[in-house]
Amino acid sequence: MATEQRTLRVLIAKPGLDGHDRGAKVVARALRDAGMEVIYTGIRQTPEMIAEAALQEDVDVVGLSILSGAHLEIFPRVISELKKRSVEDVTLFCGGIIPEADIPAVKEMGFSAVFGPGTDTNDIIAFLRENATERA
Amino acid sequence: MPSRSTHEWLEAAYAKAVERTKERQKRFESSSGAEVDATYGPEALSDWNYHEKLGFPGEYPFTRGVQPTMYRGRLWTMRQYAGFGDAEESNRRYKFLLDQGQTGLSVAFDLPTQIGYDSDDIHAEGEVGKVGVAITSLDDMETLTDGLPLDKVTTSMTINATGSILLAMYVAAAKKQGADLTKVGGTIQHDVLKEYIARGTYIFPPRPSLRLITDVFAWCKDNLPDWNTISISGYHMREAGCTAAQELAFTFADAIEYVDAAIAVGLTIDDIAPRLSFFWACHSNFLEEVAKFRASRRMWAKIVKERYGSDNPRSQSLRFHTQTGGATLTAQQPINNAIRTAYQAMSAVLGGTQSLHTNSFDEALALPTESSVELALRTQQIIGYETGVADVIDPLAGSYFIEELTDRVEKEAEAYLQRIEDMGGALTCIEQGFQQREIQESAFRLQRMAETKERIVVGVNQFQTEALEVPPILRVSPEISQRQVDRVKALKGRRDQAAVDRALADIKVAAAGTDNMVPLFIAAVEAYATIGEICNVLRDEWGEYQEVLTI
Repeated sequence: MATEQRTLRVLIAKPGLDGHDRGAKVVARALRDAGMEVIYTGIRQTPEMIAEAALQEDVDVVGLSILSGAHLEIFPRVISELKKRSVEDVTLFCGGIIPEADIPAVKEMGFSAVFGPGTDTNDIIAFLRENATERA
Repeated sequence: MPSRSTHEWLEAAYAKAVERTKERQKRFESSSGAEVDATYGPEALSDWNYHEKLGFPGEYPFTRGVQPTMYRGRLWTMRQYAGFGDAEESNRRYKFLLDQGQTGLSVAFDLPTQIGYDSDDIHAEGEVGKVGVAITSLDDMETLTDGLPLDKVTTSMTINATGSILLAMYVAAAKKQGADLTKVGGTIQHDVLKEYIARGTYIFPPRPSLRLITDVFAWCKDNLPDWNTISISGYHMREAGCTAAQELAFTFADAIEYVDAAIAVGLTIDDIAPRLSFFWACHSNFLEEVAKFRASRRMWAKIVKERYGSDNPRSQSLRFHTQTGGATLTAQQPINNAIRTAYQAMSAVLGGTQSLHTNSFDEALALPTESSVELALRTQQIIGYETGVADVIDPLAGSYFIEELTDRVEKEAEAYLQRIEDMGGALTCIEQGFQQREIQESAFRLQRMAETKERIVVGVNQFQTEALEVPPILRVSPEISQRQVDRVKALKGRRDQAAVDRALADIKVAAAGTDNMVPLFIAAVEAYATIGEICNVLRDEWGEYQEVLTI
């Protein structure tokens, strides 16, 4: 449980080229309202930019949102860029249009949760409070 | 019976009845949060002048519709947005849709094409052919339009930052077919301002982007007279979360910015307004949406007449495309989306749309399959041919509530538009993040309302089922993306590189000057210069837009 720790720092990022940022912004706002420190990258971030932001901002959690269908190609690149920078102990979650059939592959990559359309933001908050811990 | 006003009835008889049967909600409201009364009576129309408020169909202020005959002459254009994979695959889908009775084409491009990257660019990795068709060069455009007579079928292209370049490719393909350009009709979206606000496929900063738009206005006026040079879109802002009234206000603020830019370069309102088209969303609040469409026509007619001083009915009449609400689709119980879409489509028809895209039920899961697209098209055909709603023009006119609501949406939108004007217009507001913030606020409010169940979403926060139905979804195979990348590489190897270099050098010179860019784009694409090559020249010259972050 994360109750006694410092405030969780969360990076919400939009990899890929799609501009559908409604979900990412709603989640960013909800997490902030729940007391977390949230950094939102804006759209069209390359894997390098996201990993660099995670490193510089020293975040505990990285949430990726993508709706273009390029998740299977782009997510592994984000993870490898994070590894290159030794940012390996962050909690990863994602959302957007991720077909049901792809969820096992996405979890295999290291994402602890996938939050699709219709998600209650309270579920995301609860999930992070339960699972994310401040990085060493 | 003593005569009572509706207000008196509400205060007395209705209030008493509510004491016995409580209302099921504390408050009933429109999408913008304005309260809706229990019923409306003749008072709603008390100082209401038919000719001033509605007029006849095809006449100012066009509230009832833009043509005198409306759907009794011809039904709306049934135009399903489609495109995926490579040009060959999409060409097959278009032929299928035309065979099924679809009456116009609507091309979806993949994101690299929309943002000006070739299929073989590193930025394009994973995105080639995903949300639309990949078009890197004229070679792809020729494949896309193969066997489609471009002087007969009208094509709508959802393309913005690279709209002028795709238009150049389409014109070049039509010329190769031997088509008479005065008979080539279609639309490019080319509405970059809303890309900064909501959709996100911008490339260049606003000033050069506006110049490309006015270049297209000017070039089409003289060379491609039947082309709709822009589709000024509220759709994406609505999808991003704004209300119906904001959708109108933000869109008209953008429209005013485009018209002013055109006038500033010497065009007149009547040079451009007849070729402007609009694009609205249709969400689930059935009557409010009908009112919104009617209010939009009246608002635009007034803007063109009063602000720009045009009495030309072609300039005053707002023609629009509608798409049902993508954001209203749910991943849970996906078949329900077919029903949502049908009601939304019906309100677009009752609102007098010129063309319509109905979403497929599986679009909250992935790109639609051929059979789900077919069902969406059949939905329109059932409305058009079976329900009878297309047989009478503006059949809801005169309803107390509809007229009250039409007035109210108009009033709310006008107030918003005034606010934007007072802050310096659409572009200044975008640079300050105003529309972006307003949309976020509204999206967040909708999310919270769903979480507290003030807003019921069937199958999501009420009437849920455990069983997850997973219908078959469409996937773009990696082989198709690879085939496209290989084709682009092969093209770059076989074309006349010196001709490409010359055409790109001409573009560079023009970008720094004021000449119309469109003829230069046509020359470049005819030499098989690619979209990425052309955009890179422009990026060097103009720079790239930086998002205004408003979280």
